[in-house]
Amino acid sequence: MLADKDRIFTNLYGQADWGLKGARARGDWDGTKELILKGREWIVEEVKKSQLRGRGGAGFSTGMKWSFMPKQSDGRPSYLVINADEGEPGTCKDRDMLRHDPHKLIEGCLLACVGIGAHACYIYIRGEFYQEGSNVQRAIDECYEAGLIGKNACGSGYDCDIYLHRGAGAYICGEETALIESLEGKKGQPRLKPPFPAFSGVWGCPTTVNNVETVAVVPTILRRGAGWFTTIGRPNNTGPKVFCISGHVNKPCNVEDALGVPLRELIETHAGGVRGGWDNLLAVIPGGSSMPVLSKAQADTICMDFDYLRDAKSGLGTAAIVVMDKSTDIVRAFARLAAFYKHESCGQCTPCREGTGWMYRMLTRMSKGKATMADIDLLDAVTKQIEGHTICAFGEGAAWPVMGLLRNFRPEIEKRLGQQVKQAAE
Amino acid sequence: MSAQDTSHVAQPASFEFTPENFERAKKIIAKYPAGKQQSAVMPLLDLAQRQHDNWLPIAAMEYVAKLLDMAPIRVREVATFYTMYNHAPLGKHHVQICTTTPCWLRGSDTIVEACEKRLGIKLGETTADRKFTLQEVECLGACVNAPMMQVGDDYYEDLTPETTVKVLDALAKGEKPKPGNQSKRLTSSPEGGFTTLVDTAKGSD
Repeated sequence: MLADKDRIFTNLYGQADWGLKGARARGDWDGTKELILKGREWIVEEVKKSQLRGRGGAGFSTGMKWSFMPKQSDGRPSYLVINADEGEPGTCKDRDMLRHDPHKLIEGCLLACVGIGAHACYIYIRGEFYQEGSNVQRAIDECYEAGLIGKNACGSGYDCDIYLHRGAGAYICGEETALIESLEGKKGQPRLKPPFPAFSGVWGCPTTVNNVETVAVVPTILRRGAGWFTTIGRPNNTGPKVFCISGHVNKPCNVEDALGVPLRELIETHAGGVRGGWDNLLAVIPGGSSMPVLSKAQADTICMDFDYLRDAKSGLGTAAIVVMDKSTDIVRAFARLAAFYKHESCGQCTPCREGTGWMYRMLTRMSKGKATMADIDLLDAVTKQIEGHTICAFGEGAAWPVMGLLRNFRPEIEKRLGQQVKQAAE
Repeated sequence: MSAQDTSHVAQPASFEFTPENFERAKKIIAKYPAGKQQSAVMPLLDLAQRQHDNWLPIAAMEYVAKLLDMAPIRVREVATFYTMYNHAPLGKHHVQICTTTPCWLRGSDTIVEACEKRLGIKLGETTADRKFTLQEVECLGACVNAPMMQVGDDYYEDLTPETTVKVLDALAKGEKPKPGNQSKRLTSSPEGGFTTLVDTAKGSD
């Protein structure tokens, strides 16, 4: 288990003051000026060396993403945009950072701005996080008053403005180009890539979009060194990570542990184990609802990092673990998830707009036992007509859970439909 | 995306910001680069909705369009795309229950049932005294504190049917029940005591 001294989010539960005074007592804003003065290249190099991968779902190398930003401005300013539009079912980690550790995020924003050559940052927070947004705004105000951000931030000579922008209820705005559209005051419908945001993002300017957790861990990496970060986890899967453990466990919770921790250990150490014991486990979604579900046999041995889960044909995603015990009607659980994706599809691409409705209706029929065996293959075919046929990854996010269900729980569905056929015959 | 049928809604003839809100609007617009005032459309629609009893009349959308020099249809597009803009009057307390899978696994059906029974209305309806509107919503991002609901700007988490009714009772009496966990644990920490950060563990039992 990760040692307490190696935890980054030391106020995860809001047990202490989240304001500037409390944050300083926990080591935030310590020597920030010196870190800025080490310069842009040093910051990017250190983040690259730490092998930090994005904590928002895709797991892309953060240092590499930053290095895509133009070194010389062609006259357009560069922007940092923070994706705080957390809404992936199962995921509630950014919320704790926003409400209980906002200064880690703000300090990270400043250092990331230096790293990408930006002088302005917008934190896009989901509208429903009203209180969380208010904490972030108050923390921003504290930083301006203390001279930590704004003109001559921390006395470093670097100017950096940070603004809060509230969303208004659309899951799709967690997709980076939809978020950019939304920040420009439009419907949140994703853009085609290329051009990538690093070339043309918000207001047609070079933009980096990073998740809250990704940026909030940066100050600690820079202070303690990339070497420290890489001692946690394994190569290319380094550092601590905040996991959300929800569903059928005895003590649902958020917790920070090392990447690569075995799933079973994570659940049993922090979440009080699976309801009714480990053998009562039916299935686990390991990385937020868009990641394919794992069977118990897989969950027995799986470790929680990017590459382990990719090899298991799933993904770490947002590291939100949704546990289902044997009492779960798994078809109904996924029918409800399909309803979510149907509701949240932005409607731009036909395969997603129509396909999410198809999946929802077919799964609902199956959950009511009103389907035929042939419907299972039809459902499988629909998922494949969505995957890879849309502008953004929402299509995959909607199709993969159903694919995972069919891959790992097909006998369960067949059994249910078989019973129905048998009942009809009697 | 979900369209609301608003053809039956009686629309006011005009709308404008109060002087205080007009000052707020100017500050919001100043957050964005010159010429990019369209970026302020979402916060201004929110401000308008808060001023107008928690719903957005057409006149308010047109007013915001004028203020930001936008085509009215562009504002309508935004206002109908995002779920937090209401296009018809609601009850005083907007009760939104999350029923997405993580909440459903923890019994959100029983929370819906408790609300429907206590308020005497179904999902999507408003009570006759216009005190409560009940709605089902998608994931609100508090999954380890499931089941949960949002009332106005506040989250009520770790609900049981009993604590749900208590919250509604308090609201009905005009009180403000304490938001957050309706259980004993501290925020998202494991119930019964911290498993990490034990040195700093306070307020958990």
